[in-house]
Amino acid sequence: MVLLQRPHILLLLIDTHQFLQCWIAFGSANEEGQQQEEFSEELLVKPLPDHKLLAHFHFQSSAPPSTSNGCHHHLFPKAISQLVQKFRVKEMELSFTQGRWNYESWGGFDPISSSNAKPPGVELWAVFDVPQHHIDASWKNLTHTLSGLFCASINFLESTATYSTPEWSFPPASGNVRYGTLPCEAVCTENLTPWLKLLPCRDKAAIALLLDRPSLYRGFYHSQRLHLTSTESSSEGIDSGIILEQTLTVVLQPNSERAIEVHASEKHVQPSWSLSSIFGKQVSGRCVLAKSSSVYLLLDRGLVAELKFPNKENGKSAANGLTSENFWSNPSFELSVNPDRIFLEESSSHSKSLSILYMFQVEKYSESEPFDIGLMWKVPVAWLCQQTPLHASRFFMGSGNERGAIAISLKSTQFTEGFMSANSKDGSCELRVDVFQVVPWYVKVYFHSLRVFVDQQPRAVSDFIEKIHVSPSKDKMSPGVMEVVLKLPCRVNTAALTIEFDKGFLRIDEYPPDANQGFDIPSAIISFPNFHASMVFLEDDSLNRSPLLSKFQEKCPVMSYTEVLLVPLTTPDFSMPYNVITIKCTVFALYFGSLLNVLQRRVAEEERFLKAKAAKKTGRLPLLLSKLSAKLRGRRREPLHSPPSSSSFINSKLVLKVILVAGLAVGWQYFFS
Amino acid sequence: MAETKEKSLSDEKPKPRVRPIVRLGIFLISHSFLVSIVCCTAGVLALFLLPVLAKNTYISENALMPGSASPMLSNQHVSDGNRLVKDLTNPNSKSSETGIESHKIIAQYMLDLGAEVSFHKFHPQMNQFHPLHFFSSPVSGKIQENYSCSSYGINTVGIIRAPRGDGKEAIVLVTPYNALKSGFGEALSLGIAYSVFSLLTQVTWLAKDIIWLVADSQYGEYAAVAAWLREYQTPKFSSLSTPNAEMCPDVNNLFELKGHSISGSKFSNSFRRAGTMAAALVLKVRDQNEQFEDTISIYAEASNGQMPNLDLINVVNYLAVHRQGLRVNVEKLWPLLNSSWLKSLGEIFESLAKVAKSLYPKWKFGIPATEYVEGTATLASSLYYQALGVPTGPHGAFRDYQVDAITLEISPKFSLDKVWRNDILLRGGRLIEGVIRSVNNLLEKFHQSFFLYLLTSPSKFVSVGVYMIAFALLIAPLPMVAASLYVDANSSSNCSKGDSSTPSAITDTDEHGIAIRSWRWLNSAKLVFIVHLWGAIVSLLPYFISQIPDCSPTTSFMIWVLLSILSLLTLNSVLASPLACAKATQEKEWALVKSVTISSVFIGLGLMSVINFATAEIGALLMVPMCLLARPLKLDVRAGTLRSFCRLICNLVLGHIAFPPAAFFLLKGMLDGFGNANVGDFWMWVESLWAWNSATYLFIGMVQLPCWVLCVSILFHTC
Repeated sequence: MVLLQRPHILLLLIDTHQFLQCWIAFGSANEEGQQQEEFSEELLVKPLPDHKLLAHFHFQSSAPPSTSNGCHHHLFPKAISQLVQKFRVKEMELSFTQGRWNYESWGGFDPISSSNAKPPGVELWAVFDVPQHHIDASWKNLTHTLSGLFCASINFLESTATYSTPEWSFPPASGNVRYGTLPCEAVCTENLTPWLKLLPCRDKAAIALLLDRPSLYRGFYHSQRLHLTSTESSSEGIDSGIILEQTLTVVLQPNSERAIEVHASEKHVQPSWSLSSIFGKQVSGRCVLAKSSSVYLLLDRGLVAELKFPNKENGKSAANGLTSENFWSNPSFELSVNPDRIFLEESSSHSKSLSILYMFQVEKYSESEPFDIGLMWKVPVAWLCQQTPLHASRFFMGSGNERGAIAISLKSTQFTEGFMSANSKDGSCELRVDVFQVVPWYVKVYFHSLRVFVDQQPRAVSDFIEKIHVSPSKDKMSPGVMEVVLKLPCRVNTAALTIEFDKGFLRIDEYPPDANQGFDIPSAIISFPNFHASMVFLEDDSLNRSPLLSKFQEKCPVMSYTEVLLVPLTTPDFSMPYNVITIKCTVFALYFGSLLNVLQRRVAEEERFLKAKAAKKTGRLPLLLSKLSAKLRGRRREPLHSPPSSSSFINSKLVLKVILVAGLAVGWQYFFS
Repeated sequence: MAETKEKSLSDEKPKPRVRPIVRLGIFLISHSFLVSIVCCTAGVLALFLLPVLAKNTYISENALMPGSASPMLSNQHVSDGNRLVKDLTNPNSKSSETGIESHKIIAQYMLDLGAEVSFHKFHPQMNQFHPLHFFSSPVSGKIQENYSCSSYGINTVGIIRAPRGDGKEAIVLVTPYNALKSGFGEALSLGIAYSVFSLLTQVTWLAKDIIWLVADSQYGEYAAVAAWLREYQTPKFSSLSTPNAEMCPDVNNLFELKGHSISGSKFSNSFRRAGTMAAALVLKVRDQNEQFEDTISIYAEASNGQMPNLDLINVVNYLAVHRQGLRVNVEKLWPLLNSSWLKSLGEIFESLAKVAKSLYPKWKFGIPATEYVEGTATLASSLYYQALGVPTGPHGAFRDYQVDAITLEISPKFSLDKVWRNDILLRGGRLIEGVIRSVNNLLEKFHQSFFLYLLTSPSKFVSVGVYMIAFALLIAPLPMVAASLYVDANSSSNCSKGDSSTPSAITDTDEHGIAIRSWRWLNSAKLVFIVHLWGAIVSLLPYFISQIPDCSPTTSFMIWVLLSILSLLTLNSVLASPLACAKATQEKEWALVKSVTISSVFIGLGLMSVINFATAEIGALLMVPMCLLARPLKLDVRAGTLRSFCRLICNLVLGHIAFPPAAFFLLKGMLDGFGNANVGDFWMWVESLWAWNSATYLFIGMVQLPCWVLCVSILFHTC
């Protein structure tokens, strides 16, 4: 009974803010207090320069340390907490991605892209809080559990040949990290449904209601991510328990008469959109279990700079007066709903202009009056997103089935040039680039062949590589891992790393069913530790509670993933085993047959045997035959000269007769049909 | 009496059991004359039977599913394409001498579609003779020489990223375009490609990226495509000439485009890539046409007789014939179409097939005589172009990187007024769309269907399993004849030398002599080796001759011939004893030489059949009869019988035909008429062979020429 009632109490508690405050004040201080299980949902919408729209769903559940209320949870998904407890996961991130993040037009320098742009397929990394020799076992169990939980073939990450142990280049630098990717995993609703199941309201209320499958999967990029951090409850100090962060990032094409728009392409007006037009649904009401649910509209720095808000100069004063109409009634666009709050970014060092965030609280709306924000563009706007300092791309060199080379080319994007020149006042300006590259064992990389080209000049490796860590692959055992820290001059235009490899051979049972497709090489991770993508918004107290915005404030290094590569390996003709077995057997039979023949032959004995045979009378049957033929011919029987000659004599006669009969038959057939 | 005699014989020399395989071998060797005649006739016959034995093509890879989706290319896209054609053919766009304007127009059109655009500037690379670079993949490390600013081409590349794809694979569409003097056909091909491209930016089914390469064909279509591919596959990160090239004013002019465009991030002057190439289509439209139907010609032969996967041709053929109603053509040797002997041969086959069918209704192998003639003409051209080893179009550049590619050449039927232009844009566009969609469906790379085949019509092919038979029959007698000659030469000299008539008389004292005799073939082997060495030298000579400046082909050829003869004489005097045999005991010397020659030819043909089958087949047709018939003329003259006279004639004729230049001129005369034959032509032909790294060149230099020299030396042997 008590258990049944508790959620209701909780609902009430969360429902009314004032009551919660006062309840906390009166509640038993040591157990509840700040350590209430919480859930919040947010949606961030951001127009992208190439007429697309980014929607970023952010759901966060947090549970207090497990000792506080045993193994029971009110809101927090039990499956996740059990997983954390069982495998002692300190931190874990699992992402399912379809499509590619377009770093050039969607940006790479903001918090959304640097933490939510993921490589295609599945990526999983986890930090364990167990002794070194237990880590691999925990990882294997974890992969199997996740595989069951998310209906994906994550269990293929179990074999040691698929995952790696980054030493220091991977951001959560620690020896206990395991990292694995499945680049060719197909992502679809079957992965999304279990992910939604972890939410307290599923997709039945509030923002999650927008997750309409057809419109999600129609998008250009789709990445669902699950990030969890846990603090060991036994440890002293501030315990946050488990924080589960579920994000879904989609890039959609607002389809407002797109066909017409393209063909009348002279005016490059951004398409107007509304939530109902892109998702086909509206937000009606809120998830009663959620602490907060809000929708944000982000206009990023480049766009704001283009829009030229009337009083941009005294932006700070405007931000204070939140009711100021200047920010949402702009001559170039129009919002269908008045924002509840407007946040201005604090001045950042990276860019001159500041981004603007409009906040809409979904709580106010109900089913009778659904929330549907729309944006209508009035004038054409074009801007560029802020890009990573260097644009990384990776490709194969060479051709053929024997060898090749992997090249990672880094090109400076003009966008950050100003910033870098500003930084380089103190003479020794250096741009640090971390490269983390995992290659499967069948691509046998020769690490000694690593070459560095800076500004189209071959350079000595030691000039630019500050630190390198390499763990060569072992056949069928472990992949090759390369971690490099490059120190490039800020003024660098292009840089390239090349490394040669030989293609290995697999055993026939190691080939996947679609072996002729080729084999994937997972994305390399290029990170720029000197650069931090963060957006700090001018905040007051209430902002503290928005997990999304606090996430934005975290200083995470700018990261980008390179393309997945497809390496064609030599494939056997899979019908070949039969042929090979046949030929091999024939060769063996011939070889052993003749060998045995030679071994057991005794020349002298053979001669004696032949003599004995000649001494005896010839065999019964030939004798009879020759007698018979002699009788038939009415002639005296001739002695057999030699068996071969007589047999050939008989044969030629026989052949002649057969030919005669066949000829007769053919003639008969020909003339009488 | 007889029995006792036999008994005594067997007592003396018991016959050891001879195993059947050895017995068969001995039988064949002893009847080598008959066997070689039967095998050679059968081989030639099998070659002529190939059009009859050709099978219908079928789509082997199920994932391709050609034509299963209805084409989405609408009139809207066609009018887009038309707009581009108009803009390109507009005289204003041609005002600039360098043709930069039209590249800008194309790039702007691509940008408007939302594609990523980049220019690829290249310097045409001269094809040069690199004696050691046969069979090696294209090299990237070549240091570029001093290029002037004026000589460079610009490829315009547009890339559509598949919206939901992972970008691991790409399909390439190539349209050669010469901005300086473009015909209407080239503009039309751009129009077709553009209409397809504009469709593909909107479709949702795209799984592979699409690359549209507008190859600047002012230095040749192949050079432009090859330069782009070289940059794509084996880029040079360190280039010395880059700062030089950046100074050229035109290039900066080009990059001004960036400022004009609104979605500027889509344009970059850096080289852009997509993933591994799955397939490539080269699209051309012919300017003028005499045909009465819209036809589309497929060119598939790449360097060294490599062919794209048959499925690619099948898909094009299926879609063109069954969906777009275009007639599909593959290359034919036109002179063969009118030859009467071929027609009569076809009629014979047809009547034979009729007889066979009446005997047993399930035997249906006959084809009509006209079809046979056409099939043979197609087969001959298929063999010829494969044997030549020179790619028949820009698609050849792709094959060097293991990418399946074909060239499609559309020949529209009418003068191109508005309606017909729209029609050809629509149908051509739909064909391209269908092919791209099929390839897009592929999960794996092309691997299901054949790579080794000969086409006898667009929808009929002869696979390797069938056409190997003809070749195998042709070269089968070679080892037997070699063995029988060797045996003969040894035994006959035995007989002549030994005083006793019975072999049993060979005693221990003679053993030394046997040992010497059995090693006598080494002498001939030395001769053969020297001639082959000479062949290698001859095939290296053109490299040095081509260094001589201002040399007309004819003089080059003369120099080559002179140097070859000189080197042969030198080698002969230095290394070998004179060809004439000195001792009377070695009167069968020529037989041994012939035996070793035949063995070496057999090895050479066998090796060549692995590298380029068609070359080996044609080479075998020329060389096998010559090798088998070669016999000193003196002996034939001395014999004076009809048979030896025939052999004499045959030898003389073959000795002329099998000489490579003679064979070339004969072939050229048959194809183009003898009127305009020039000695320099052979030099040009050879030059083109080595420029394309054709293995045929090596074959001619190292197998056929030595073989011919050896055979001629046998013919003039003084016994």
